[in-house]
Amino acid sequence: MTGTRRRLPPAGHLLPVATLLAVLLVVWYVACLPMNAVVAEPRLRETDGSLAERLRISWSLERAVLPAPHQIAEEVWRTVFTVLPTKPRSLLYHCWITLSSTLLGFLMGSVLGIGLAIAIVHVRTLDKSLMPWIIASQTIPILAVAPMVIVVLGSIGLTGLVPKSIISTYLCFFPVTIGMVKGLTSPEIMQLDLMRTYNASAGQVLQKLRWPASLPFLFASLKVAIAIALVGAIVGELPTGAQAGIGARLLNGSYYGQTTQIWAALVAASVMAAGLVAGVGFAERVTGRMLGGRP
Amino acid sequence: MSTPVAASGSIAPAGSTRPRVVEARDLSLTFTTADGPVFALAHVDLDVAEGEFVSFIGPSGCGKTTLLRIVADLEQATSGSITVNGLAPAEARQARQYGYVFQAPALYPWRTVEQNVVLPLEIMGFAAQERAERAAHNLALVNLSGFAKKYPWQLSGGMQQRASIARALAFDPKLLLMDEPFGALDEMVRDNLNLQLLRLWRETGKTVLFVTHSILEAAFLSTQIVVMSPRPGRVIDIIRCGFPRERGLDIRESAEFLTVAHRVREGLRAGHSDDE
Repeated sequence: MTGTRRRLPPAGHLLPVATLLAVLLVVWYVACLPMNAVVAEPRLRETDGSLAERLRISWSLERAVLPAPHQIAEEVWRTVFTVLPTKPRSLLYHCWITLSSTLLGFLMGSVLGIGLAIAIVHVRTLDKSLMPWIIASQTIPILAVAPMVIVVLGSIGLTGLVPKSIISTYLCFFPVTIGMVKGLTSPEIMQLDLMRTYNASAGQVLQKLRWPASLPFLFASLKVAIAIALVGAIVGELPTGAQAGIGARLLNGSYYGQTTQIWAALVAASVMAAGLVAGVGFAERVTGRMLGGRP
Repeated sequence: MSTPVAASGSIAPAGSTRPRVVEARDLSLTFTTADGPVFALAHVDLDVAEGEFVSFIGPSGCGKTTLLRIVADLEQATSGSITVNGLAPAEARQARQYGYVFQAPALYPWRTVEQNVVLPLEIMGFAAQERAERAAHNLALVNLSGFAKKYPWQLSGGMQQRASIARALAFDPKLLLMDEPFGALDEMVRDNLNLQLLRLWRETGKTVLFVTHSILEAAFLSTQIVVMSPRPGRVIDIIRCGFPRERGLDIRESAEFLTVAHRVREGLRAGHSDDE
């Protein structure tokens, strides 16, 4: 329920994580040899062909099929710390572009999702009429919808942040609606009967019972929502001709065979996703403590 | 279905002029289920005068909880008539004339004990000052004064149920409806809570309708015991208890008490033999 239970002693945590990481790195470095064999071939011919030479070349190719981890780390370091964040060459610049549209989309999606859930819980006919559409909306592949949304909104003069946020909204309202319908209907019959004996209005029941009872469900949904809001923002950056953002870096990288750039963008995206989910988790713990959660 | 045995009888003492709090005539409730109708209550007559403590006892399915829920307007009778303080149950509920104590405490886990007690007051629009005063007063009444800032999970089951009683008393309803409030508690705690409830009833002069499974509890607490029987749910006996209002657990050893308990047991047995 709260963070205290998850907080293992550092040593108990560190060893398994470090072991797994080490194994992954070894596999990665070894995999670089066969993956980059073709690209490395011309340069290998100029050398004596020893294993040491083969490794040195496979791990330092400029346009490797699979760049070595240290090359990706270097790329991340170079684009984060040696360039001003206001410059388009900085990874932070692109992170901010994507992050801002993620957050806006997350905000709009959460509000929309909560609003829909409240409507569905209170109006019985909406449950039957609206729910199939909500579920159907998520069966359409976002990669097919995203270019249309961007182009249609672009034609009416909406470009930049808002169309990308709308794609995030489209993706992330769904788990919020599903979770909140569950959460708002989670109070027991007895707790609802109690409200009835007080002759409480629907608004009072929502405010004093349904809403607080739904918060654990809300935060679970928000964690999913914020992660896919980021995916939505990145997908939204792909069809625009890719001027800026993590999506643009991915697209550019693949145009020009800059695999290191792609990997660096992926690293940035996962760091952002982890940070965002952790942020929601933090808000969850603070709220839980305010509402008297069992430690 | 067999013709239900309708035991009518005035619960109020003969010649009493005290106003009727609950008056039911020929009250029936039939649930329609996939397996056919369920006769939860059949032809029940009931009179409860102000200030009485009336227990409803009987096996599961005898309709004792259903009867209480009809009084509270949580269920609606399919036929017959019932008034609560002279009003229809729905009007009485809208006028917030009763407090209801459920089988489980049903405290809201995100609220402290005090916040739980003031919940009805918030809904009914009492001022903050008044809310605080009433919370303190009612928590003292159930001996929970030191626990106002605790959350429900920090309290024992018995304390939680006491908090829920304080919550039902918070807006000072004249009528208290209690649905097996101590059913989930062990014997020692239950005895203690019975004494506290008796004191509370004496001090506040409220009318109490009390559903229970326990013969001892019914005989110890009540001015009237309504014995009920299932399939269809109906009243088969009404027993008056003339114990003094001021009484201790020791009266349970008196001959008079044992006579009452015996009659309740006989009634339950008679109702049960209908089945076979």
